[in-house]
Amino acid sequence: MKLTGAQIVWECLRKEGVDVIFGFPGGAIMPTHDALLQYPEIRHYLVRHEQNAAHAADGYARSTGKVGVTISTSGPGATNLVTGLATAMMDSSPIVSFTGQVPTTLLGNDAFQETDVTGVTLPVTKHNYLVTDVKDLAQTIAEAFYIARSGRPGPVLIDLCKDVQLSETTFEYPEDVRLPGLHLSPVPDSDALAAAAELINEAERPLILAGHGVVLGNASQELLALIEKAEIPVVNTLLGLGCIPHQHPLCLGMGGMHGEFCTNQAIQECDVLIGIGMRFDDRITGRLDEFAPTARVIHFELDEAEIGKNVPVDVPVIGDCKDTLAAILPYVEEQRRPQWMDTIRAWQAETAKREITELEFEDLIPPYVMQQLYETTEGNCFVVSDVGQHQMWEAQYFPHQRPRQLITSGGLGTMGYGVPAAIGAKVGNPDALVWAVVGDGGFQMTMEELGTIMQERVPVKIAIVNNGFLGMVRQWQQLFFDKRYVGTPIMSPDYVKLASAYGIPAISVSERSDVSDAFTEANSADGPFLIEFKVKEEVNVYPMVAPGAAVDQMIRRPEPRVVQGRRGTQPSW
Amino acid sequence: MMKHTVVAWMEDKPGVLNRVSSLFRRRNFNIESLTVGHSETPGISRMTFVVDGDEHMVDQAVKQLDKLVNITRVENFTARPAVIRELALIRVSAAGSERSEVVQLTDIYRARIVDVALDSLVVEITGPESRINSFINLMSNFGITEMVRTGRIAMTRGVGSVTHTGEVSPGWRPGTNQWTLSNGK
Repeated sequence: MKLTGAQIVWECLRKEGVDVIFGFPGGAIMPTHDALLQYPEIRHYLVRHEQNAAHAADGYARSTGKVGVTISTSGPGATNLVTGLATAMMDSSPIVSFTGQVPTTLLGNDAFQETDVTGVTLPVTKHNYLVTDVKDLAQTIAEAFYIARSGRPGPVLIDLCKDVQLSETTFEYPEDVRLPGLHLSPVPDSDALAAAAELINEAERPLILAGHGVVLGNASQELLALIEKAEIPVVNTLLGLGCIPHQHPLCLGMGGMHGEFCTNQAIQECDVLIGIGMRFDDRITGRLDEFAPTARVIHFELDEAEIGKNVPVDVPVIGDCKDTLAAILPYVEEQRRPQWMDTIRAWQAETAKREITELEFEDLIPPYVMQQLYETTEGNCFVVSDVGQHQMWEAQYFPHQRPRQLITSGGLGTMGYGVPAAIGAKVGNPDALVWAVVGDGGFQMTMEELGTIMQERVPVKIAIVNNGFLGMVRQWQQLFFDKRYVGTPIMSPDYVKLASAYGIPAISVSERSDVSDAFTEANSADGPFLIEFKVKEEVNVYPMVAPGAAVDQMIRRPEPRVVQGRRGTQPSW
Repeated sequence: MMKHTVVAWMEDKPGVLNRVSSLFRRRNFNIESLTVGHSETPGISRMTFVVDGDEHMVDQAVKQLDKLVNITRVENFTARPAVIRELALIRVSAAGSERSEVVQLTDIYRARIVDVALDSLVVEITGPESRINSFINLMSNFGITEMVRTGRIAMTRGVGSVTHTGEVSPGWRPGTNQWTLSNGK
């Protein structure tokens, strides 16, 4: 039987097990949207901007481990995707994006809504395709799904000429995809494993830096087995948070620019540093030539190009970390390291002295909001954070329990990511509680998605941490630009009224004592819910490693000197 | 800094060269020359390029290039015994008595005169870069009015061919999460 290109798109998605798609229609993609009527099992979520379709697909992918799919039109419908694709590319998130394109006869003619989309998206996709012949369509889609999820995942874009969507061919989904240029994860090399194990066995102060690769590779169990056998403490990158439970005695928390004193101290003092599924990004290493100065470095990584890219590596172990971690276990000796752990416990105790959330004072500060989010949900929710100060506070003060629990834009740092990605996470996990934790700046970048929440009935919960500033930039201005607050004070609308215009229940909280109740109310509400937290304005994220400084040269969290103020006891900020 | 000769095999599909050049640009690799054409296998092009940089840069160039879906193999030929050649076409002013001097030098360099005009000659020379450079140096005394060079191409010496496949190419069954190898397993 012959099918149109448009029908073939949906047939292929059905074969790939896709049942949701985030999209926005337009001229050049109309035939494909039209054919969707014949495929009621695939649900189309209408977003309010194509960028948010990509973020939603990204949040869907990260929360479920499946491929997220978007559909949009040519020209602006495609260029609007770019930020979302770049976000997914940086954080290795599997997305397949379909875009419409002008008919093949008009290609290159500057036709209405024509853009060279494969050209524009080339650096921000893992691969992309322009389909000019309907006979290539099924093969292309099969390849795209394979490329998106295999190896180190990433976004793939398929640009569909309008006449391709309309022309007919016999549909046959390929049974076999052969891409000679795409290299599979190799079998773990036993020499590398032995060399790595020898370093680990002889180490006195080993430390693991675990990143997103552990989450993407579903390798948490393998990681736990290794660290428990050889007693190796773990520092996480931002995207690695949750790959082992925060309460695990060997979990030290996040390292790097806003890592705690104890984690960065451990990085600088360890003698063997084991990077697993991470890329030694500048936010984790700080000043490179002073990074982990006494350590030999082992790097477990799937993407060979990451080996030695930023940090010289003594022993590379190439492969999917689920395989390599399992394979190294027999080589690693069971060990206890009381001295090293004592040193770490002492650093942790020193870190705890400057804890601020436990203090009895009246100001509503963001760390307290994060802590209460955890308390009221008992840690049983997805948290999708946006980008900025609140993102770091969430990372520091919400003890992550499991992989995929935290979804955030790490590599690209895309403000506006939070709400649309939370929509994707909720769509992928309809029975789970999904919290978008966003700042007043990032929220206002994509708050049009309240419309999607309303229309598509996606019951996500939104916590806006409103401090009246683009807070992270303000913090840098305070610390490095003599407090010249250029362009950072930001006004907000009345969020309660805004939400109510969309039929979304909302409350605004400005007292510390109301935080817990507000969260409890939101958690138990059936539908979506929005809470605005009017927090103390000029609060900084500490600790902080200044750009260009070594990670142990941090601006530490101020000592919590509690002073008597007008409103009772206050910490000195 | 050193010049590295790298060979890459790629599927002959639209836009592949764009992917390669875009990668070189955005990763800030210094590419001195780049030559591409057919290989022994239909559908596979072979590219030789010269990276001007340290070990770290060439290592990154090889690995990043290898990640491109349409690139089937990348090999650094720098440390291997290899035949490395380049071709140049040079138009030299050669009127009157200078003409015979140019012809003589062309002979010495085993180059060929491929076009003759009243006041100039076009010389074709192939060889290692150093020989071409030295010939160009000599010719510049007569006046080079036009020149084109192809950039390096390279092939390893000795037994065995280096072709576009480094390994058995795996097949993937869409929707099933299963693999098949081309040898049927």
